[in-house]
Amino acid sequence: MTDKLHFSLVSPAREVFAGEVDHVIAPGTEGDFGVLPKHAPFMSTLKNGVVRVLEGDKVSMRVFVRGGFADVTPDGLTILAEEAVNLADIDAGEISDRLQNARQTAQADPENTVAAERVAYLEALQGAVAN
Amino acid sequence: MPSLKELKNRIASVKSTQKITKAKQMVAAAKLRRAQEAAEASRPYAVRMASVVANLTGAMGEGAGGPKLLSGTGNDETHLIVVMTAERGLCGGFNANTVKLARQTIGELRAVGKTVKIITVGKKGREQLGSEYGDLFVDHLDTSEARNAAAQSDLAIAFGSALNARFNGEEFDVCTLIYSRFKNVLSQIPTAQQLIPASAPEGTETTDLEGAIYQYEPSEPEILETLLPRYLNTQLLSAMLESTAGEQAASMTAMDNATRNAGDIISALTLQYNRARQAQITKELIEIISGAEAL
Repeated sequence: MTDKLHFSLVSPAREVFAGEVDHVIAPGTEGDFGVLPKHAPFMSTLKNGVVRVLEGDKVSMRVFVRGGFADVTPDGLTILAEEAVNLADIDAGEISDRLQNARQTAQADPENTVAAERVAYLEALQGAVAN
Repeated sequence: MPSLKELKNRIASVKSTQKITKAKQMVAAAKLRRAQEAAEASRPYAVRMASVVANLTGAMGEGAGGPKLLSGTGNDETHLIVVMTAERGLCGGFNANTVKLARQTIGELRAVGKTVKIITVGKKGREQLGSEYGDLFVDHLDTSEARNAAAQSDLAIAFGSALNARFNGEEFDVCTLIYSRFKNVLSQIPTAQQLIPASAPEGTETTDLEGAIYQYEPSEPEILETLLPRYLNTQLLSAMLESTAGEQAASMTAMDNATRNAGDIISALTLQYNRARQAQITKELIEIISGAEAL
């Protein structure tokens, strides 16, 4: 039996994924990193980006996360994301609508850092969907 | 002995009360399902977050510098108590139990000469603590507008940053949250949880690293710097969700009892009404018969 990596991805709203996988590539703030089974204990903050789950050599799932933490222990990999959406469930049209709304809010109130962050997040998400 | 008309009126009035409690119970049951789902959905995140914090602080060792959110101010003089209750009543002992624990905690702290400040979340706690500790209130958070999980999450984040700002402004040394943990529909447990300095809840398992050493990216203090405020927000949010679920559960149970009690009262009153009516009929018959006999 080949080794598998126990991977769980949770956001405050729900548990997005939990299960055994071969390989996970996560967007660390200091560069993307891959986690294979039996990785050394490791902790990193994440930036907005795509977490890719690989089965064998194939990408089986792509999840877009908004910031968070990755924690690798001998038990497996845990990703705590502020927000996580499976790219397979996303409608590109809806994102561009939301992006437009967010831009308007941000323009109306340049002081609002939350709105600016929102725009950055949605832009990155749109980029990820387009690929 | 009340007259027939009075009895009839009382039966009607209890019946309408019963209709209200019945409706309130069904509303609470529907809300409970949603609130419970939200509370349960947020649990994995909170649990994982706690174990990450436990791992990190465990690896850092005791007393080693670290951000203030973790190590505290070094003092233990000013305590901030956050009391989380519901916005509404009609939920049995739910608010009263939480407030009781708050009162006990505050009393103990004051007895040993600590300064206590209170922030209330939810109207009921403010009302119930107001007469006794009104002068200790420093702030109040209104949760009545936050009706769904997303709005509650925003509120928790805003409240977390406000707490953090107060802490950085050295307004308090220790912050404790008092809320009701949702165990199941029948029991909500008033719980006190220390938020600042951060501590993982008791019983959180730290992972056995099997002798290996953690690597951090970026550095450990930087990770803690971003992690701890989020941990605070997460704790607040899960407390809010648990409290909401608990409120609905308590409300449902209380209203269920009220409906049943109203049913008991109605049958007792109906019995009394029927007896009184029968007594009156008998009396009238006796009058007629004795009148006829007298002729």
